[in-house]
Amino acid sequence: MAFSAELAAIRFGAGLSPRFAPPQSIDTMLAVLRGPDLAARKYAGATFEEFAALEREYRQLRGKASKADSEAGRRRFLDQSRDVRQAGQELAAEGLRVRVLRHVASEHTLRERLETFWSDHFTTRLTGGVRQYSLFPYMEHTVRSRVTGRFADLLKAAVLHPRMIAFLNQDSNIGPNSPLGRNSQKKRGLNENLAREVIELHTLGVNADYSQTDVRNLANVFTGLSITRAYAFEWDPRKAEPGSFEVLGRTYGGRDRGLGDVEAVLDDLAAHPATARHIAAKLAVHFVADRPDPALVDHMAAAFAASGGDLMAVYAAMLEHPAAWDPAPGSVKWPFDYVASALRALDGAEATLADLPWKALNAITAQSTARMGQQMGRVMGPDGWEEADSHWITPDTLANRITWAMAAPRRVAKPMPDPRDFVRTALGSRAPESVIFAAGAAQTRTEGVGLVLASPAFQRR
Amino acid sequence: MAVSSSAALTRRMMLAGLGCSLAASPLVTPMTFAATPGDNRLVVLILRGAMDGLDVLRPVGDPDFADLRRVTLGKERAIPLDGFFEMHPALGDLKPMWDAGELGFAHAVATPYRDKRSHFDGQDILEAGIVSNDGVPTGQDGWLNRLVASLPGARAETAFAIGRGELRILTGAAPTSTWAPQTQLELTPHAERLLELVYHDDPLFRDAAASALTIVSDLEQEATMGDEDVEMGSMMSEMGVATSNKALLAMTEFAINRLRRDTRIASYSITGWDTHAGQANRIGGPLRNLAGTINAMKIGLGPEIWGKTTILALTEFGRTARENGSQGTDHGTGGAILMAGGAVRGGRVYGDWPGLAEADLYDRRDLMPTADVRSYAGWAMRGLYGLGVSDLERGVFPGLDMGRDPGIILG
Repeated sequence: MAFSAELAAIRFGAGLSPRFAPPQSIDTMLAVLRGPDLAARKYAGATFEEFAALEREYRQLRGKASKADSEAGRRRFLDQSRDVRQAGQELAAEGLRVRVLRHVASEHTLRERLETFWSDHFTTRLTGGVRQYSLFPYMEHTVRSRVTGRFADLLKAAVLHPRMIAFLNQDSNIGPNSPLGRNSQKKRGLNENLAREVIELHTLGVNADYSQTDVRNLANVFTGLSITRAYAFEWDPRKAEPGSFEVLGRTYGGRDRGLGDVEAVLDDLAAHPATARHIAAKLAVHFVADRPDPALVDHMAAAFAASGGDLMAVYAAMLEHPAAWDPAPGSVKWPFDYVASALRALDGAEATLADLPWKALNAITAQSTARMGQQMGRVMGPDGWEEADSHWITPDTLANRITWAMAAPRRVAKPMPDPRDFVRTALGSRAPESVIFAAGAAQTRTEGVGLVLASPAFQRR
Repeated sequence: MAVSSSAALTRRMMLAGLGCSLAASPLVTPMTFAATPGDNRLVVLILRGAMDGLDVLRPVGDPDFADLRRVTLGKERAIPLDGFFEMHPALGDLKPMWDAGELGFAHAVATPYRDKRSHFDGQDILEAGIVSNDGVPTGQDGWLNRLVASLPGARAETAFAIGRGELRILTGAAPTSTWAPQTQLELTPHAERLLELVYHDDPLFRDAAASALTIVSDLEQEATMGDEDVEMGSMMSEMGVATSNKALLAMTEFAINRLRRDTRIASYSITGWDTHAGQANRIGGPLRNLAGTINAMKIGLGPEIWGKTTILALTEFGRTARENGSQGTDHGTGGAILMAGGAVRGGRVYGDWPGLAEADLYDRRDLMPTADVRSYAGWAMRGLYGLGVSDLERGVFPGLDMGRDPGIILG
């Protein structure tokens, strides 16, 4: 099982495109990742601070509405707050457009896949207000810019991000003997949520060897990590539990308890041998197969450990391992990846996608992926989207995938390609006989293109 | 098509109460497969947005009630039930069901969720049925899924999550089915054959597509049965019934059709309960939707299946005991469960009433919960599916003490 340019694009990218040749070697794939982020230069999205500013404005207006002395005044402020929220929604929609365009109109797309993978590994979900729309800037500026660096740096950036702190209740993790903990009349104390997920999900993994005491003590080290009401990160010494705490055999804290302890413990968790295995396995499951070859995982974990968590070394280990190039159809694409790869195969769509009103774009992307089971930004739990193929292909979600395949291409591809050509564009030499036959036997172009996009060969990697 | 007139009329009128062009016809023979886990049906309706239990099931016998509630109760007269509680007038269509002993309530109940009063966390905990020490939901699976996992003979069709919204309650390792009635799959017969060819060698896609096509063709068949649609449309408008909530109608219709076949468990959501302002005008709509849904179930399922059916309507938490400054109520703690069905021992209100004096309230603001929502759900599952209490306390609701059997299920 050796490198295949088509698999490089399909399994490790956003799919084949009529405009761009697939990557010609593993070296090219890695060199592109080491080089500048061209796609981000071409299409840029809003920053988290822009969303935070809108959130602040939104809250002020809601506050004014609740204190208004007349019904007319209350209504005016509420209307204004709705406008602000709508502005946030539009910014998020533009962020989605940026992501779609990068999938469709970039020559190399492994970086897009890594952004998706790591944003999911460090899942954050916020609800309500304008903050609910701030996923894309988190993905872009916190995750994407670090996917080719060291795991420890990515971990620290994600865990210390306001979205993560708010999502996993870290802002209500208060040391019982901290100034706030001692003076509080209400029941306030430790909240282990972030600490537990950092160990269980982000670093060591749930099957690793650690104890409840480690979780508890990590929560103690985390006390002080918080956010302001304006969704900016802050170290709040009033919440910090004084003392020293042992996590996995090392002691943190002491007299100058502070952010330095948090960074130190995260560095140590990143360097833990169990973390190397956990991250290697997760990457292999996401990119290669629901049940990856153990030799592939071992090889990647060894590269993680030997390089001190250099993610480029881990990607190189994955790509150079023969198991990564098993020609059998791999995992089912997540809905967003499915839609993006279909738009990429349909091409000609860049101008259309760039000009489409955001609501129309939403209709063929976010609204459609929601019907396929992936409501962008609304993942259920901190462990992110499911990997199992059987989760994504149910009667209802498959019906919505088929319906999308039959209906959406008309809106972006003008003219519709000839299905007999399109089956080669989309699947290359991997097109099964049955799909080639169906593409040629369809009664209309729309139906033929739809059948290609609905085929397992296209929905799998 | 000859339809027995009185039965058809009743059914039509009841369905019209929901504004429902229901195609679940008594003419369709219900099929029961021996391989399914028993014959009992459980429907869990999630009332998202926090239903105000104190308005829906009013403790008029409590001396402190009248002071707490004034404008939110509206002008219409409530429906006396047992001398102590009265039912919101918008549930009036359910009064015959109460009289027949098929409608009951439990009051002053809550999940273990306390203090933060966030809809999303509250719903997550209601559906997960587990909380960690920090009061946050753990894991992604829901308790109805864990019920399915413990039913011998359960298959994917045994339990249906219905609708487009997230239904965590049925998410998990046990295979269940999901379907949103709005989902369409319109393929020409030619395309359908080509798709079968394309899916032939991939069992995951082949089986899912086959199920989807079966469901869609069932729905089409049901929709074309008889010519009742037109007639019902005119009847509904004659009765002045709103048909605004089409998605709910479609979900109910779909649920009925599944439950008449081999589905035993179904869940979906009814929204609109977050009545922070102008509650007297706003809560009637969702309550009529709830009443219409339950009446449609009774008529659509037919007497035999209705006799084996339990509907539980659950919400994430109750609302403040006192009215707020905008003629509504804010997020609270203790609330109410509505239960209906031929399998339910109704005509009564279950629970220990904590009182409404300020010192009796939770946090001096909310109805004090005196029972866990999950213990009622647990006893319902025990009664319907014969699960052992220890299995329920370990497997379905880990860490829960179900307490004494309130006896909500007949038999």
